[in-house]
Amino acid sequence: MRGPIARIALAVVFVGLVISPLIIKRFASRNDRATTQLDPKAALARHGFYLEEVSHAAGVNFVHQAPTLDPRLNHIMPQVASMGASVSIVDFDHDGWPDIYVTTSKEGGKNALYRNLHDGTFKDVAEEMGVADVNRPGTGVSMSAVWGDYDNDGFEDLLLIKWGKPELFHNDGGHGFTRVTDQAGLPPWINANTALWFDYDGDGLLDLFIGGYYSEDVDLWHLASTKMMPDSFEYAKNGGRKYLFHNLGSGKFEEVSAKLGINSRRWALASAAADLRGTGHPDLFVANDYGVSELYFNDGKSFHEVGEQTGVGFAPKSGMNASFGDILNQGRYAVYVSNISEDGVLIQGNNLWMPKEGTSGENLKFENLARDFGVEIGGWSFGAQFGDLNNDGTLDLYLTNGYVSLDRNRSYWYDFSKIAGGHSLIIEDAKNWPAMEGRSLSGYQAKHVWLNDGSGKFIDVAQAVGVTDTYDGRAVALADLWNRGVLDVVVANQRGPLLIYKNTVTPENKWVEFELEGTKSNRSAIGAQVTVFWNGQQQVQEVSGGSGFAAQNQRRLHFGLGKIAQVEKAVIRWPGGQIQTIENPAANEIHVIKESS
Amino acid sequence: MSQQSIAVTTHASEPFRWKRFFSPENRYLAPAFITCILIVGHLSFGILESYKKTGVAIAASLLAELILGGILSGKWPNLASAYISGISVGILVRSPAFWPYAICAVVSIMSKYVLRLKGRHIWNPSNFGISVLLFLAPETVATLSIQWGNYLLPMVVIWVLGSIIIWRVRRFHITGTYVVCFLVFAILRSYLTGSPWQSEVAPLTGPMYQLFIFFMITDPKTTVRSKFWQCVVVSFVALAEMILRLSQVVYAPFYALFLVGPAALLIEMWFDSRRTAPVRVAA
Repeated sequence: MRGPIARIALAVVFVGLVISPLIIKRFASRNDRATTQLDPKAALARHGFYLEEVSHAAGVNFVHQAPTLDPRLNHIMPQVASMGASVSIVDFDHDGWPDIYVTTSKEGGKNALYRNLHDGTFKDVAEEMGVADVNRPGTGVSMSAVWGDYDNDGFEDLLLIKWGKPELFHNDGGHGFTRVTDQAGLPPWINANTALWFDYDGDGLLDLFIGGYYSEDVDLWHLASTKMMPDSFEYAKNGGRKYLFHNLGSGKFEEVSAKLGINSRRWALASAAADLRGTGHPDLFVANDYGVSELYFNDGKSFHEVGEQTGVGFAPKSGMNASFGDILNQGRYAVYVSNISEDGVLIQGNNLWMPKEGTSGENLKFENLARDFGVEIGGWSFGAQFGDLNNDGTLDLYLTNGYVSLDRNRSYWYDFSKIAGGHSLIIEDAKNWPAMEGRSLSGYQAKHVWLNDGSGKFIDVAQAVGVTDTYDGRAVALADLWNRGVLDVVVANQRGPLLIYKNTVTPENKWVEFELEGTKSNRSAIGAQVTVFWNGQQQVQEVSGGSGFAAQNQRRLHFGLGKIAQVEKAVIRWPGGQIQTIENPAANEIHVIKESS
Repeated sequence: MSQQSIAVTTHASEPFRWKRFFSPENRYLAPAFITCILIVGHLSFGILESYKKTGVAIAASLLAELILGGILSGKWPNLASAYISGISVGILVRSPAFWPYAICAVVSIMSKYVLRLKGRHIWNPSNFGISVLLFLAPETVATLSIQWGNYLLPMVVIWVLGSIIIWRVRRFHITGTYVVCFLVFAILRSYLTGSPWQSEVAPLTGPMYQLFIFFMITDPKTTVRSKFWQCVVVSFVALAEMILRLSQVVYAPFYALFLVGPAALLIEMWFDSRRTAPVRVAA
């Protein structure tokens, strides 16, 4: 075996192995992406839907603007001032049609509240409603907004978080908003990027979680020190604190985070809550930038962090999204966390945390199956949402991405990777960061629309169904904007336009929607679970008070049914614990359900 | 990362002695050190992608060494070198997939047996494997490019321990020369590019460089023989790295060693062949 033939054979095998990455790449790219351009008929026939960007036709011409922070950050301003485009869906006037609230982040810039005019168009009424002029110099700028009826008067109230002073606006019967921040007892300054409404203690009143990003003692317009950057790329703990505001019921909130077990200074970018263990209490998932994710089990009275124990909080990445979806129709939620992947530099891969077979309750464990399911590589990923885009009965996944799109031909990645590998003493000081000088950092990225085949595989059909934009995407929200029984997609882009992708779905596929209203439970029904049983399968969804990245989907729950028009039953578990069963709800209808008393 | 070529002397019946453990004759010193780095780094900060992936890299490396060593030399090879290569791949390669760990480890080991000249392999095995993978599969593979933890202590411990070990195995001059050159070139780069000097020095404070300077550039099998020329060659590695860095090549150190290391060996072999060439006598 030591002769020349063995050596030649060895050399051939060696060359084969060396070039094998190229073969694997070619094979993978052939399988992963449908590359055809939009052909509506073909898209309908092949994928069951297509998306058209209709913002201008719908009367929406909103462009997000970034803030201008302390001049000492000028050299890296595009990457520091890189968030703030958010979108939340709300029926603020209770007319049965979803409206859209979007934020801008320029000092003095105006946020917009687009009222649905029921004719395919929207009208910005933020100014007259009193929720536009919220970025006044000295008060910080908007980062995200979430809606919830904190006083159970039947109208959704608005919490606006900022790099600055958070604001709470009471909805006055859909006719205007009153600022109630001071009465509520919110802190004077939080540099936050994520917040959500949820009733953690099941008392029928919506409580509030806010996750800080930069430390709350940092005023980004007047820096006391340039040592305000993360002290590590993957282990940072010098971020903003977390807040849990318990709703006391009289328009006042009490901050109870430390008392109830939430103590973290990781850099939170996204959060979402859902009952992962069937306890009746919403558990809290926090995706952190520069570190591990956190999962807080909630027993209704206190929280305990189980990230490492459950598997979701061990390997540190750059968490930028948290959304739940029952993607295998098993009655259990997967959690999707977006991270960073850049060819040749950093391959974190997004996480699809699936509950492990045979684990539940306190012993619940997750495993990352993003690669197996085909939803791992998404560029510099930001917001993502699960929703049945083609009404085939399985949840699909829409992911937006792209960090800083400036000069197409010059990349900042080399300098970014250089500093990211440095010690905390270097990385935490903004003055040590090389100047961006107009270079892009994971810019102009193609988006991903992953279609779920129902058996554990997602195929990217973004280009084929009409999602061709390359803006720096941040927030994604799904809603049936025109009550047609399909999920439309609204995308907020950093320094870019708000996009509205109108969905057209093959009429063969049926659907059913549930608009819930609590009576004993919180009136927004946030935390209510609906399980739809049809055709021998089931799918569970939960009304959310904020999910994804800087986003909130419509509260109404949308289920695709495929070609089966017969729904066996829908079981509603209200946040207060009551079970309500709707037998044979009609398909292709919006069912408005009030919690039975 | 290969292994000391010095023969092993066994002292099975004698009590454990620190001096002997930290001696150049102990070919298990480097494997022990890198294992410590792996364990401490992972238990403290979770540096590994996963145990399984690192396991795949080590197993693939050992298996390749066993098979190739058995086939080509007809005897069971010592696995210390393959273990270091495997564990290095396990630490340095970052990929969500499993296959890069296996392929990188096997390519690393195979390079020792295939890319040989006059009985010597000319590339550092894991440098070869990692460079090839980074070049050909950038969409799937990156390397460890972040720090471990926020604390100075782990870094200081690794630097001190690494320096002691490298000094004991008589290769500290290589590491020391490289570090000095890197710092000088970092200041020069800062001057040329206008970047803060801290950002140019920053990579040296990360774990990737700690592995690179203690294990990769000091590999006896793929460095030239004389102490002086070792220092010269490693200076050229640092110089090549600077040039690559000025061209914004993210993995400049790996590519620099990939280019300079074999070139230096080839030149040394050429000089050797001239020295030993038979003298022609004119007829």
